[in-house]
Amino acid sequence: MSSRVSTLVRNVWPPAVFGVLFVALWEFVVKFFDLKPYFLAPPSKIWQKFTENFDLVWGAAKVSGTNALIGLLAGALFGMVMSLVLSRFRVLNDLITPLAIALNAIPIFVLVAVLNNMFAITSEVPRRIMVTLVVYFIVLVNVAKGLTQVSPTHVELMRSYAASDTQILKKVRIPNAVPYLFTALKIAAPASVITAFVSEYFGGSQNGLGSRIASNIANSKNAVAWAYVLGACLLGLVFYVISSVLEGVSTPGGRAKRSQEGR
Amino acid sequence: MSAIEIDNISKIFNAGSGNQVVALTDIDLSIASGEFVSLIGPSGCGKSTLLRLIANLLEPTDGNIVVNGKSPKQARLDQDYGMAFQQSGLFEWRTVAKNIELPLELKGWDKAKRHERAMEMLELVKLADFAGHYPWQLSGGMQQRVAIARALAVHPSLLLMDEPFGALDEMTREHMQSELLSICRRTGSSVVFVTHSIPEAVYLSNRVVVMSPRPGRITKIVNVSIEGERSDATRDNDAFFRGITAVREALRGVEMSDHVRGIEDR
Repeated sequence: MSSRVSTLVRNVWPPAVFGVLFVALWEFVVKFFDLKPYFLAPPSKIWQKFTENFDLVWGAAKVSGTNALIGLLAGALFGMVMSLVLSRFRVLNDLITPLAIALNAIPIFVLVAVLNNMFAITSEVPRRIMVTLVVYFIVLVNVAKGLTQVSPTHVELMRSYAASDTQILKKVRIPNAVPYLFTALKIAAPASVITAFVSEYFGGSQNGLGSRIASNIANSKNAVAWAYVLGACLLGLVFYVISSVLEGVSTPGGRAKRSQEGR
Repeated sequence: MSAIEIDNISKIFNAGSGNQVVALTDIDLSIASGEFVSLIGPSGCGKSTLLRLIANLLEPTDGNIVVNGKSPKQARLDQDYGMAFQQSGLFEWRTVAKNIELPLELKGWDKAKRHERAMEMLELVKLADFAGHYPWQLSGGMQQRVAIARALAVHPSLLLMDEPFGALDEMTREHMQSELLSICRRTGSSVVFVTHSIPEAVYLSNRVVVMSPRPGRITKIVNVSIEGERSDATRDNDAFFRGITAVREALRGVEMSDHVRGIEDR
């Protein structure tokens, strides 16, 4: 246990020191060159605004975070269900995959504008749909890979045991796909937060972190905007940590899979 | 009753198309109950294909196979045989014991009975202490022993093995060969064993079936007559060397390939 703590400390202090030095340098540069606040706010000012407006930042973070979380869950669910369906029916796979790729090639934020038109101006639904779509593709592609790229020896073994396709799915394909799902979630979690922010730039309620950043910059309240950016960073970190923890508690097979791939 | 009757089978892949491959032709072979038979030959001679036809993982284009007095499909559905491959094929998300339980799980055995049988099998391959380990915590030789234990879990009368020791180092390999023979003595299983190695084939088998490629066919069947129980001492035995010479000469008649050399190669 103590060795784990010391490893943690060893891993943490170089980036921590670097971070502190970077913030100090930022502060120094702003003061030394007397940069105007509308150009670049000093970290001390940003921190002050962050604590002053903490309730507002927290409220905005809750809005964006909820959108990201709902989209993440819905996208992961749809992605998993769809990859199961596609792996079961190869015909559908050939039919839908090109379509999915084509849809994914559209600059996604164009879709927010379209979706905003479809729902009420104060609705959070378009943003959530947007996050769902982004997460959906990440999960679909990865989990489908996990379901189909199983060891041929495993499949031959299962057939020698007279296993049905459904049993092969349950005993081989799904367990094989679990590490792929967690890899997908690890990528999708930060992506869901970013998507939730950026979706707010296309109109709708001015209540999330993304729209607060935009409106404060528009009002030349640069330091306040930076305080919201700090909130956005923290929210993104929270999502990343959640996905990392999830991955840690996933099956030991997951670990084995990755070590086999010579990570 | 013979374990396997193979009557004039042939196997053609992609029949009728431009890249048609005749994998096997005119195969006749009868394997007695309790007999250990090796299939040896250069790459492309169809020895693995023949094993998969017996296992009903492939269907023959022509001819007939009888396994345990049934069609290969019925034998597969009844789990009459156990199978092991060059890759141990262990499921990395299952513990060693759970891997061995898998064929029993599919047969619908209850949990307690499954676990009891898995432990019995682990005793047999001397890995009882590793029941709770995951495959990646085991060495290659140990993984292969688990795979053999899994193949034996349903107490099959027949074992089908496709180069199961091909990925192991020489010393582990010889050790595993002796273990396999002692397991077969205890279980009385018949074995069909695909290999590239002449000494391995001779050491293990009652008969060595020598095959040749393009098209895959049986060129010679060498009877190995080694007196008494086989042990490490057998490897210095004259009868062992005579068997090796006989198989090598039968293979020389066959087109040589990189995969089949003399005794110095494993």
